[in-house]
Amino acid sequence: MKIHEYQAKALLAKHGVQVPRGEVAFSKEEAREIAKKLGGLTVVKAQIHAGGRGKGGGVKLAKTPDEAVALAEQMLGMKLVTHQTGPEGRIVKRLLIEEGLKIKTEYYLGIVVDRATSRPVFMASRAGGMEIEKVAEETPELILKEVIEPGLGLTAFQARKLAFGLGLPSDLVNAACGFMMKLFRFFESNDASLAEINPFLLTEDGKFYALDAKLNFDDNALFRHPDIKELRDLDEEDPLEIEASRHGLNYIKLDGDVGCMVNGAGLAMATMDIIKLAGSAPANFLDVGGGANAEQVKNAFSIILSDPNVKAVLINIFGGIMRCDIVAQGVVDAAKAMQLKVPVVVRLEGTNVDKGQEILRNSGLPVTVAKGMKDAAEKVVALAKAN
Amino acid sequence: MSILVDQNTRLIVQGITGREGTFHTLQCKAYGTNVVGGVTPGKGGTTHEALPVFNTVAEARQKTAANATMIFVPPPFAADAIMEAADAGVELIVCITEGIPTFDMVKVHQYLATRSSRLIGPNCPGIISPGKCKIGIMPGSIHKEGPVGVVSRSGTLTYEAVGQLSARGIGQSSCIGIGGDPIIGTHFVDALRLFHEDSETEAIIMIGEIGGTAEEAAADFVRQHVKKPVVGFIAGQTAPPGRRMGHAGAIISGGKGTADDKMKAMTAAGLHVVKSPADIGEAVKMLLKK
Repeated sequence: MKIHEYQAKALLAKHGVQVPRGEVAFSKEEAREIAKKLGGLTVVKAQIHAGGRGKGGGVKLAKTPDEAVALAEQMLGMKLVTHQTGPEGRIVKRLLIEEGLKIKTEYYLGIVVDRATSRPVFMASRAGGMEIEKVAEETPELILKEVIEPGLGLTAFQARKLAFGLGLPSDLVNAACGFMMKLFRFFESNDASLAEINPFLLTEDGKFYALDAKLNFDDNALFRHPDIKELRDLDEEDPLEIEASRHGLNYIKLDGDVGCMVNGAGLAMATMDIIKLAGSAPANFLDVGGGANAEQVKNAFSIILSDPNVKAVLINIFGGIMRCDIVAQGVVDAAKAMQLKVPVVVRLEGTNVDKGQEILRNSGLPVTVAKGMKDAAEKVVALAKAN
Repeated sequence: MSILVDQNTRLIVQGITGREGTFHTLQCKAYGTNVVGGVTPGKGGTTHEALPVFNTVAEARQKTAANATMIFVPPPFAADAIMEAADAGVELIVCITEGIPTFDMVKVHQYLATRSSRLIGPNCPGIISPGKCKIGIMPGSIHKEGPVGVVSRSGTLTYEAVGQLSARGIGQSSCIGIGGDPIIGTHFVDALRLFHEDSETEAIIMIGEIGGTAEEAAADFVRQHVKKPVVGFIAGQTAPPGRRMGHAGAIISGGKGTADDKMKAMTAAGLHVVKSPADIGEAVKMLLKK
C-alpha cells in the first residue's frame, strides 16, 4: 500500500525522524493558515501517489504566505502529469505546505527487502535528489549498501560505514547515524516494503531532514497495523480496481481491447502475453482466484465490461480440481444475468471438460468454445477485430 | 526416480482440520500419498478423517515418523508453523499459505539457515512426483509418470505446461511450484540442481515470471552445470512496470525484473526459450527427440 508524503512524514516524525515543519491543506483557506503559521519561505507540494512531481509543476517555492495561497489555488484541482502518472495524470486534492530550509547538501537513503539475500538492505548515496534508478544504472559505485541481519536491525557500525561513506564531516556522523537507525526501526516495526528519503537533506546549520519521504507498506501485514491501513487514499486508485478487490478479485486495467478472466496470476499473465502474440492487446489483468464460482464469474464479468474499450472477452480457466461443468454453468448464468453483448471465447481445462463445453455450446449465448490457449487467443482476437 | 518426494514420503498436515486442509488432505490421500497424521493445536488426541491429530509438530513427528509436512495455516500464523516444523526436524516443509507478511518470511529464512529442513513455498501449489506422491493443491489427474522435471513460480500456469506434456504422452519426474512470493525457501537454482542430479529426469521446464532476478541466476546455473535440455518461459511479457501482477513477487520495479531481460539471459545461457505459453509442450517434445 502506498501513502502520501505528508502522511509518511507525520509517521516518521512520530518515530523521531526529523522532517520539516508542515501540514496538509485540502483548501486554499487551510493553506493560508498553515503558511501564516510557518511564516517566511514555504514550499507547496502537491500530494499524489506518484513520483516526478517537481518536474510536472507540483512542487513550488513561496516567498510569502500570500504567494503560498496563490500557488495553492493554482494547484488544488489541477491535473498533474508526471512520468509515473501516465498521460491521464492525477487531480491534485491535497497539498503539503512546509517550511523552506537552507540546503547545503542532498543525499539519498533507501530501504528495500532484497529477494536475493532475503533480507532488508539499507542504501545510501551521495547522489541525492536525483532519480536513483538512473544512479544505479550509470554510477552504481555511488550507492552504498548494508545488508541487515534480521533481529539486529541497522547496527551502529553499519550506520557509521554509511555515514563516513557519504563523506560526512566527523562531527555530523553521529547525528546521521541516529537518523538512519531510527528510520530502519520505523521500517521494520511497521512492516514497510519500501522507504525512500530523497533527498536526505543536510542544512546549512548542520541538521538532517527527510525533505521528501516515500513509504510503501506490505499489504499482507496491514492486519497488524490498523493505523497505517487507515491512511489508504481511494482517490489515488482506479475505481474498477477498488471494486474488484472488494470481491476478492485481482484486477489491473490495461490499454488493450481484449478483456480477460483467468484463474491464477501466472496463467493470467501468460494469457495476456498470448493475446499480444495473436495480434491484439489485453484490456486487463484479472485473476479470479482458485474458486471460480458463478458469483465470482459474474463479478468479474461486470468489472471487465465496465471498461468501454473491451470488444471481446477471453475466459481461460484451468480448472484442475475444480469441475469444468460447474465453471461453465457459472459463466452461462452470469452471461444471461448480464445480457451479454460482446463476444466471449471460453477455454476450459480440467475435470469434466467435455460436459463443460457442452453446457456452453447449448447455452444460446454468443460464446465460442476454444481448445487450448493458442486457439482461444486467435479466436478472441479475430472477434475483437471484427467487433 | 524423482526429486524430494516419493513412495517413502510420510506426510503430516499442519492445519488439517480447516476446510482447505481437510479437502486437500483427502485429495493427496486419494492420489496415493502416505498421509500419516495432522496437527491442530488444541485438537490433539482426536482423529480427523481417520487420521490422528496432534497438538504439536514435535509430537506428530515422534509418533508418526513423518518426514514431510504440508501447511494450510492462515497467513498470520504460517511463519510460526514453518519454524515449528523445522524445529521438529521435519525434512521437507511445503507451505501452501498465501499472504504471509514479508518480514515474517525474513525471520523464517534466517531461522531455516541453521536447520536442515527444506522449505518449498510459501504461496505455492506444492510438489508432485507423478504416480508416487503428491503434496499440494495441484490436480493429480493431469500428471503422468515420465522423464520431464518441471519447476515454476506459478500454479495454474504449471498445470497448463503439465497438461501440454501429458497430452503429448510425455510424463513428468517431479513438478515443483516454488511460489510467487519475494522470499521463498526453494529457488529455481535449488530445483534445477536436484533435477540435474536426478538420473530419471531427461529434460527440464522452467517457468518464470516478471520481478526479481531469480531467473537470471537460474540461467547462470544452467550455463555452468546443466547438460540436460531446459525449456524456459517467462510470464508477464506484456505487464506494465510498477504494477504488482497478482503475486507479491511479480512486479517490475526500478527497471529491473522485465520479461525481456530474463528471456535474453536464459537464451544466452543455452535454454530453449519459448515466447508463447502454448509452445511449451511442443518444445519439450522436439528436444526429447534429439
